[in-house]
Amino acid sequence: MLTLECPYCGVKAEETELAAGGEAHLKRYGPGSSDAEFDGYMFSRKNPKGVHFERWRHAYGCGKWFLAARDTATLEVFGTYPAQSKEPPAELQAKIKAKRPNWEGYK
Amino acid sequence: MSTRLSKGGRLIDRTKPLSFTFNGRRMKGYQGDTLAAALLGQDQMLVGRSFKYHRPRGVVASGAEEPNGLVGLGTGGKFEPNQRLTTTELFDGASSTSQNHWPSLDFDVGVVNNSLARFLPGGFYYKTFMYPRAAWKHVFEPVIRRSAGLGAAPTARDEDRYEYAYAFADVVIVGGGIAGLTAALSAGRKGQRVMLIEQTAHWGGRAPVDGVEIDGKPADEWIRSAVEALGKMENVTLRLRMMASGLYDHGYLLAYERIADHSPGDGRPRHRLWRIRAGHVMTATGAIERPLSFAGNDIPGVMLASAVRDYVVNWAVSPGDRTVVVTNNDDAYRTALALLEAGLMVPAVIDARPEAKGALPDAVRARGVRVLTGHGVAKVKGGKRVTGVTTCVQAGQGAELETIACDAVAMSGGWSPVVHLWSHCGGKLLWDEAQGMFRPDPVRPPTGADGAAMATAIGSANGMLRAADAVADAHMAAGSEGDLPKAISAEEAPMLPVWIMPQGAGPELRAKMWLDYQNDVKVSDVQLAAREGYESVEHTKRYTTLGMATDQGKLSNINGLAVLSDALHQGIPQTGTTTFRPPYTPISMGAIAGEARGEIFQPLRKTPMHGHHETHGAHWEPVGQWRRVYCFQRTGEGIHDAVNREIRTVRTAAGLLDASTLGKIIVKGPDAGRFLDMLYTNMMSTLPVGKCRYGLMCNENGFLSDDGVVARLTEDTWLCHTTTGGAERIHGWMEDWLQCEWWDWKVYTANVTEEYAQVAVAGPNARKILEKLGGMDVSKEGFPAMEWREGTLGGFRARIYRISFSGELSYEVAVPASEGRAFWESLLAAGEEFGVTPYGTEAMHIMRAEKGFIMIGDETDGTVIPQDLNLQWAISKKKADYLGKRAQERSYMASPDRWKLVGLETLDGGVIPDGAYAVADGVNPNGQRNVQGRVTSTYFSPTLGKGIAMGLVKHGPDRMGEVIDFPVDNGRIVKARIVDPVFYDKDGEKQNV
Repeated sequence: MLTLECPYCGVKAEETELAAGGEAHLKRYGPGSSDAEFDGYMFSRKNPKGVHFERWRHAYGCGKWFLAARDTATLEVFGTYPAQSKEPPAELQAKIKAKRPNWEGYK
Repeated sequence: MSTRLSKGGRLIDRTKPLSFTFNGRRMKGYQGDTLAAALLGQDQMLVGRSFKYHRPRGVVASGAEEPNGLVGLGTGGKFEPNQRLTTTELFDGASSTSQNHWPSLDFDVGVVNNSLARFLPGGFYYKTFMYPRAAWKHVFEPVIRRSAGLGAAPTARDEDRYEYAYAFADVVIVGGGIAGLTAALSAGRKGQRVMLIEQTAHWGGRAPVDGVEIDGKPADEWIRSAVEALGKMENVTLRLRMMASGLYDHGYLLAYERIADHSPGDGRPRHRLWRIRAGHVMTATGAIERPLSFAGNDIPGVMLASAVRDYVVNWAVSPGDRTVVVTNNDDAYRTALALLEAGLMVPAVIDARPEAKGALPDAVRARGVRVLTGHGVAKVKGGKRVTGVTTCVQAGQGAELETIACDAVAMSGGWSPVVHLWSHCGGKLLWDEAQGMFRPDPVRPPTGADGAAMATAIGSANGMLRAADAVADAHMAAGSEGDLPKAISAEEAPMLPVWIMPQGAGPELRAKMWLDYQNDVKVSDVQLAAREGYESVEHTKRYTTLGMATDQGKLSNINGLAVLSDALHQGIPQTGTTTFRPPYTPISMGAIAGEARGEIFQPLRKTPMHGHHETHGAHWEPVGQWRRVYCFQRTGEGIHDAVNREIRTVRTAAGLLDASTLGKIIVKGPDAGRFLDMLYTNMMSTLPVGKCRYGLMCNENGFLSDDGVVARLTEDTWLCHTTTGGAERIHGWMEDWLQCEWWDWKVYTANVTEEYAQVAVAGPNARKILEKLGGMDVSKEGFPAMEWREGTLGGFRARIYRISFSGELSYEVAVPASEGRAFWESLLAAGEEFGVTPYGTEAMHIMRAEKGFIMIGDETDGTVIPQDLNLQWAISKKKADYLGKRAQERSYMASPDRWKLVGLETLDGGVIPDGAYAVADGVNPNGQRNVQGRVTSTYFSPTLGKGIAMGLVKHGPDRMGEVIDFPVDNGRIVKARIVDPVFYDKDGEKQNV
């Protein structure tokens, strides 16, 4: 059972306090987008063995959504950061790169 | 025979005799006994029957690894099956019954399977599937079903109490042997928050039985002083009778404390389930001795060598007068010495190794005991009890050399570290060739949130079998704070891995060598599996059921996979182990439930009027965590009659519905209108203040997810009603979009569902009731439909929405929750002269169906779009975007072949079963009948006096009047005509008055 630190309230929250929200940093495609674009947005999810970025909500805490970077195989947590982020913070990316030299980036 | 010795027994108190029963027979034991010790002390070696062949089974072990000694414990509300004799502390009045036999333990009919063993090989169960179908149905299945399972399931409600506890620690040390104690001392001295937990009732583990000396004192004395020192440290928590059941992600440790199993009726909860968040876990879980595979190794009286000396030293119980020791290592000689010390006979030690020259064998020889090196057991003689063994040369094929009379056999095939916790969360093992064991690989530990090791194995759990090594390992792993305890134990020569005895045993002997005692898996079964192509250890396990019994293969797994490796001509590490999964030993269902049973199984949500309903005939139905009134029964009235009466009364006079559970979410802010336009399929930003509008919400996949009436309260404030079950979900959905997608929009949301009590006042007399309460203009002209008003109604601060879900003239009145009950009561009083009745959810459902209104969860199931329900009118054409719009543009969403909402009217006036499918001509590629529609809502309408239904039918709206077939039970076909879904008051004249 994971523990993740909520970047808003600072609580080191247990998984039972959290709600998982799937892959982070998706771009929404609405009306006017191609079938391929919409299909990618709606259905195609990464399923890496290794570094992954996810949405979590501190559902039974402050209620805020935040993003987390973790290794899906070892469950190592690299960091959490606010949901209002267009991309993972640079220092977090650097930290991951240092720990996982073969990591190809979040995109 | 097994018996109680006249002196000794470090764990028993002879001044406290206890009485208990086994299969109804009264027996005696002492305080400190386990049930196994007490039974053996009374010569009850036969304790059960094996699963498949119903072979007689005796106690083999002395701890959690015991495969045979399982009993039903207690009676009535305290009965529990499959309780392990070796881990059950004796208490006065304990009642135990053996399992898996008929008609009695001594005479069992099922033992006939034993003679059929040749026809019941490994994988027998699966092979029965290959016979003709009829054979499975009429022969195998009934037989297998009758013989499946060991103990009987309890029938009475559990009388005991259980609870949860939570704890946090810097380090949790699992196992209170000398390694665990040493680690706790070091970690405690460093000031860490330490929890030391031990599954048995005693500290110290095996060391006192094995004659270890620490710091110049006998182990018992050192253990006492260590526990005393730890007890004085405020940062150290000590817990006995607490088993670490599983280690999970990020240092989450589940532990099972048996608080009152040994002291029933003392008022304490029976079990406590601990959820511990550990900074680090040290597994000092010890090691388990392995049996040896020789013919007849399952006959009662054949026991683990370590267990034999446990019974002698700890409980002064002799398993037999004459015990032959069979071994491949030096440690088992300790058993010979313990037996001799107790004045018992050891006719011989049979050692598979070519030579035995260490201090322990020499000590045994010095006592005049024959040591037969290079030998093995050819066969154990006896039926329900050992009568002797025949010897052979270990290197040979089992030619019998001599017969040695004995009534017990102590066997030792070496030791396996208990690696379960280490492995639960990803810790890897390595094969230690020299010690013939899998042990934790220190470079591949389970890792935690920070990527570092979250567990360390110490002591014999880490493969350090000798006391001095175990203590040094634990001391260092825990930070080496304070002096290293100096442990001294006898030197030991290397063991010799022996997987079958003798090594060249032929088929006849191999078919009598048991690996798994409980499930009856033999060496021959595993070899057969290998011959039949089972190369993976996981497949072999399932095919043969090796290690799948309640002991989870604690004794059998390593021996089994060694046999499999040999049969596959590969090394043991290449074969690998099966996966270790929690719990380490079974934990009670009661502990898992904790306090969450009965009324507090889950929190119950109650409306402000709940108490009033309760005393006025409410028949409840659960709706999520809410309880809603299904109908209000009058004295002597059936449920169906009550529902019909409520509907007729609403349609002809007036009714009150407690609608407080409806979700109410405030959406406010400069961008609230723009936000709601994205959320709803229709336009909410244009809704004038003071008005209401029905809206639909879809998910991004285009499917309907919720509906409800939206009211615009002020220029920048909207109130969104959701379904009863949808309030929290929709509020979360709003927050998701606001926080993660449109975080620059200025919008705030608040779920105010429980702030208001809400009552629907519906029926031709609804207006009269509100007028009687007085204070607000509710006239047709002053308060048109789909508007809302705020004011004081009969003295209550009220907001009234003129909306109707019943098709009648209807007002939904919201008042502060604290005034809800008083308001409900004054409505009932005011309505009395107008014939008002309270009505429940079933009447509401039927009335909305009579009107053709959809219900989320009935007409929708996550695959239905608004267009399917002919709700195009509620979808804005003007908006560039809303959630679900792009999805609804996909070709198959726009297909004319989608099933669409229609009404259905049976030709005979009956009610179609819910969920029934309408069939079409032909069959699909799977040979199943094609379908063309299904029923989504179906009721008996008291208003119309016949069955009505709604359903989704292919091209439905274009097929009005057509009759389609719904096959229901037993080939009966219900014929129904496709009609308009609005069955009642098509023009809406009733509500617009």
